[in-house]
Amino acid sequence: MSTIQFTIDGKQCTAKPGQTIVEAAKQNGVYIPTLCHFEGLKPAGVCRICTVKVGGRNMAACTTPVADGMVVENKTAELEDYRKAIVEMLFVEGNHMCPTCEKSGNCELQALAYRYMMMVPRFPFLFPKRELDASLPKIVIERNRCVQCLRCVRAITAPDGKRIFGIVKRGGHAKINVDRELAQSMSDELAQKAMDLCPVGSILKKEVGFAVPIGKRKFDTKPIGSDIERA
Amino acid sequence: MSKPVVATASLAGCFGCHMSILDIDERILKLIELVEFNKSPIDDIKTFTKQCDVGLIEGGCCNSENVENLRLFRKNCKILIAVGECAIMGGLPAMRNGIPVKECLEEAYLKCPTVDDNIIPNDDELPMILDRVYPLHEIVKIDYYLPGCPPRADLIWEALVALLSGKELQLPYEVVKFD
Repeated sequence: MSTIQFTIDGKQCTAKPGQTIVEAAKQNGVYIPTLCHFEGLKPAGVCRICTVKVGGRNMAACTTPVADGMVVENKTAELEDYRKAIVEMLFVEGNHMCPTCEKSGNCELQALAYRYMMMVPRFPFLFPKRELDASLPKIVIERNRCVQCLRCVRAITAPDGKRIFGIVKRGGHAKINVDRELAQSMSDELAQKAMDLCPVGSILKKEVGFAVPIGKRKFDTKPIGSDIERA
Repeated sequence: MSKPVVATASLAGCFGCHMSILDIDERILKLIELVEFNKSPIDDIKTFTKQCDVGLIEGGCCNSENVENLRLFRKNCKILIAVGECAIMGGLPAMRNGIPVKECLEEAYLKCPTVDDNIIPNDDELPMILDRVYPLHEIVKIDYYLPGCPPRADLIWEALVALLSGKELQLPYEVVKFD
């Protein structure tokens, strides 16, 4: 199989044909921040955190395949500020009360905010009215924290392959909903998978929470992406 | 040269951030050498007696008294710092932001099973509840933000020392957290 040669911020990188920029970057020890992307799932390209510059154009690194001779800009001041702005926008357009959230410390949105040293969002808080659904047997859906990454929509299916989660309405009214019948019969394992997959605290498994003490959670001591980055 | 003057206040907060200021342990002795305190619950000075250099504000604004107090701090402090999640984004009190004030008051004073006089308090002496809880920077200009619930003692200490000495602030990753 032929090998693709390309560069990220001047660093010589190699990739296999068909790999996306995010995948190839990871393999070469370069971290491109992602939020909606999850390894193994079909890329959705909805959050744009992974925006990189190729040939002077902004593109989503999670959906763009690498090409031979590609020159990718990743960690530039301009792109890092775009990414920080997206994180800030997600914080103000939901109700993200980190101190009261079960996912705090393991939350990818929060971890990105830490990575970008977000002290306060530059945009005004919207305090939207969102519904919480605690009526299902295995999971709680806390829409105040949802960032609509569509991970649950893409990955969580019933044994017959039917999707349990879906998105209803459009634009600012869009929200995650469930097929109530299918969700009734979710197993413990599937509920756990849905919770682990959710980058924020929007899908929670019932009857557990705050199980890991502060200091031992995923992003307490290590910034998100530090496991990928190599000098 | 006289020492820099620091004032502090807790608005719609729980005093957790003030506890975190005290959590700098023995460095509190250094702090006393470094600064002079003015209006603050720490020394119980109730009114500003001079112009201050730094104001540390904990908690957001949930009533008219909070707003007056915040504006007073802005007037009397050269630099105003929002300390903690409530000051930055409303925090726990802001969980009422999606609920109309009338419903909140009815729930607390009329429908609550442990009340027996069933009156919503209303007196000129009582501050008016605002329509929602406001982060500080939506009311006055805020110069710096220290996130956390509460902000780590090390964050408060390092930020104060950097500010007062004019040195650049180098923060370790563990120190900036939202919980």
